[in-house]
Amino acid sequence: MGNVLTIVLQRLALGLLTLLIVSIVIFVAVNLLPGDFAELILGQGATPEAVASIRHDLGLDQSLVTRYFGWLGGMLTGNLGTSFAQLNFQTNLGGGGGVTVAEQIAPRFANTMFLASVTAMIAVPIAVTLGVLAALYRNTVFDRATNILTLSSISSPEFFMAYILILFLSVLNTILPSLSNIYDGMAFAERLEKTLLPALTLTLVVTAHMMRMTRAAIINLLASPYIEMARLKGMSPMRVIVKHALPNALAPIINVIALNLAYLVTGVVVVEVVFVYPGIGQLFVDSVKIRDIPVVQACCLIFAAAYILLNLTADILSTLSNPRLRHPK
Amino acid sequence: MSAVSTIALGIALIAALAWVFRLAGQKMTGNAPRFRDMPFGLAFGYILGALVLVWLIWAFVQSRSADLATANKFFFLGVAIKGFLLFAAAAWIFRLLGRHVGTAGTRKLFRTIPLTAAFGILVIIVYAILAIFANVIAPHGQDEILQGVAANIIPGSDPNFPLGTDQIGRDILSRLIYGAQNTVGIAFATTLLAFFIGGSLGFLAAVVGGWTDQILSRGIDVLMAIPSLIFALLLMTIASVWSSRLGIPLTVFMVLIIAVIDSTRVFRLARAVGQNIVVMDYIEAAKLRGEGMWYLVFKEILPNATAPLLAEFGLRFCFVFLTIAALSFLGVGIQPPLADWGTMVRDLAAFISYAQFAPLVATLPLLAAGAIALLTVAVNFVVDWMLQKSSGLKE
Repeated sequence: MGNVLTIVLQRLALGLLTLLIVSIVIFVAVNLLPGDFAELILGQGATPEAVASIRHDLGLDQSLVTRYFGWLGGMLTGNLGTSFAQLNFQTNLGGGGGVTVAEQIAPRFANTMFLASVTAMIAVPIAVTLGVLAALYRNTVFDRATNILTLSSISSPEFFMAYILILFLSVLNTILPSLSNIYDGMAFAERLEKTLLPALTLTLVVTAHMMRMTRAAIINLLASPYIEMARLKGMSPMRVIVKHALPNALAPIINVIALNLAYLVTGVVVVEVVFVYPGIGQLFVDSVKIRDIPVVQACCLIFAAAYILLNLTADILSTLSNPRLRHPK
Repeated sequence: MSAVSTIALGIALIAALAWVFRLAGQKMTGNAPRFRDMPFGLAFGYILGALVLVWLIWAFVQSRSADLATANKFFFLGVAIKGFLLFAAAAWIFRLLGRHVGTAGTRKLFRTIPLTAAFGILVIIVYAILAIFANVIAPHGQDEILQGVAANIIPGSDPNFPLGTDQIGRDILSRLIYGAQNTVGIAFATTLLAFFIGGSLGFLAAVVGGWTDQILSRGIDVLMAIPSLIFALLLMTIASVWSSRLGIPLTVFMVLIIAVIDSTRVFRLARAVGQNIVVMDYIEAAKLRGEGMWYLVFKEILPNATAPLLAEFGLRFCFVFLTIAALSFLGVGIQPPLADWGTMVRDLAAFISYAQFAPLVATLPLLAAGAIALLTVAVNFVVDWMLQKSSGLKE
């Protein structure tokens, strides 16, 4: 058991190190901006005094390294700064106590996690079942049809899927709402109903990949001697696959599921924009358009953290599910 | 809850039908092995497939019904079915043609090609022709605001403009055709650049090894830890400020940014393939002959790494193409007045809500999105076939 703990701790440390370096990359990338935030906030016609004053307020007159550690410290303590857009509101309207980036992001992050988990709940069971069935009935009409369908849905852009679903489920047949206007204090059932269409779109995108990997992982094992043995003793094909092949194919399947969940966290951006879903992806795109740097920076770091964390989970789980990797020689 | 109970009832009905179907088969054929050994799941699948087919035929008949409301409702399904049959027929004829025309080599290739791959090749050829000869094929210019023509002409109402005009009076058909040139062309150029950067660095890491390899690989690891669309959006924010300051079009920055982000994936593959080749005897021989680095990479390694790199090129192209389409759809990609499919989808998206009254209008955003999907699906079909052929995967 100590061995397993060491492996997990090693991977965790590596993940943290990666995250640290990624944060440096993001910080440096943002500082590649011509001029600095002060000029960006005030625009072209700003007086030098105003620029200097804002620069001092934001701490831009300090060195790059000091600012990086200040920013990183803020990130760790949940102080993500104030967004430019909110800052403008404050200065122009004179309102006190603007909304900080953290307050903007928190509810949206929860919404995105809700969307991602609804998608996962639908997609994972469907993908594994379809994958097992495709492996069972390989090289039949069913297998070929699913192959063509999944390949098409992997390669189509997300917004194409989204609009097709809107067309059939929302415009031609009014089954689901095409706009996901979600607000606080909504009843769970209503919230679920409004999330369902974006979740279905994402399901179409991720299911195909997971299903193909499940099929490939199981078919890979079917040539093994122990499968031959199970077949020869007269087991039904379904039982051979579910009892003998599936447990051994678990490592690659878990891996691909975790990788697809990582994809989900970032793939939500386009889908959220299509359905006007109030998630973190939409906030990110809006901030990119108005160059609201503090929000862009924070969102980017959150996406990267989620991505790294899920990749790390994939790595750890596939190590744990494989005894050969758990006890390296 | 009614939806759930309907689905449950439907499944129960199919299950009952499947049981009856198997029993009837057993009784009627005198317990023939086909029915005797049929698993219940298979019978279920047959019934389900048959029902779906029947429903599709019914929907197709409905789409031709005289009642306008019903016809509109099934219009899109009808078009989809017609399109599917048309594409399948075109691919079949193309394959038949390929089997009888051309050199012995291509004829042999076409004898074993699956229909999906033939379809893919056909679509790629059509897109290439459209992209190269867009100036000749398109009836109007891409950013030409037609004088004396109304804006927002509804598709099908004016024979001069089969797909109508957009909100400022530009011909939508011409813009779609030019979209092939811009979107596909830019994606192709970006992929080439990504392969040049990633490929040369990857081979360099494989040949030189040691510290160079370590530094390059760890750097690439960090870049790959940031989700690519997010990283691209972050860099595009910064690039948009630079482009307005320097006066360089944002599209140039986009090509560079996506090429660099995507070259990380190419680097991984090129390095892995290169490392397998570097240990071969003929590389050792070339080194002993005193050949330089340039010769090693381009004359010895590259020719032997073409097959996996070519398949990867197809996949990378799809990925770059989809990233550019997504960026344009989000409004930070290819900039107007260049015609581009991603931007067109975003601009025309609102028309989709007219589907019940004017189905032709609602097809416009789907046409642009479908143009993107068709190409990526086609490339993926071809790559899938190439991979299957080279790996000799039979099971």
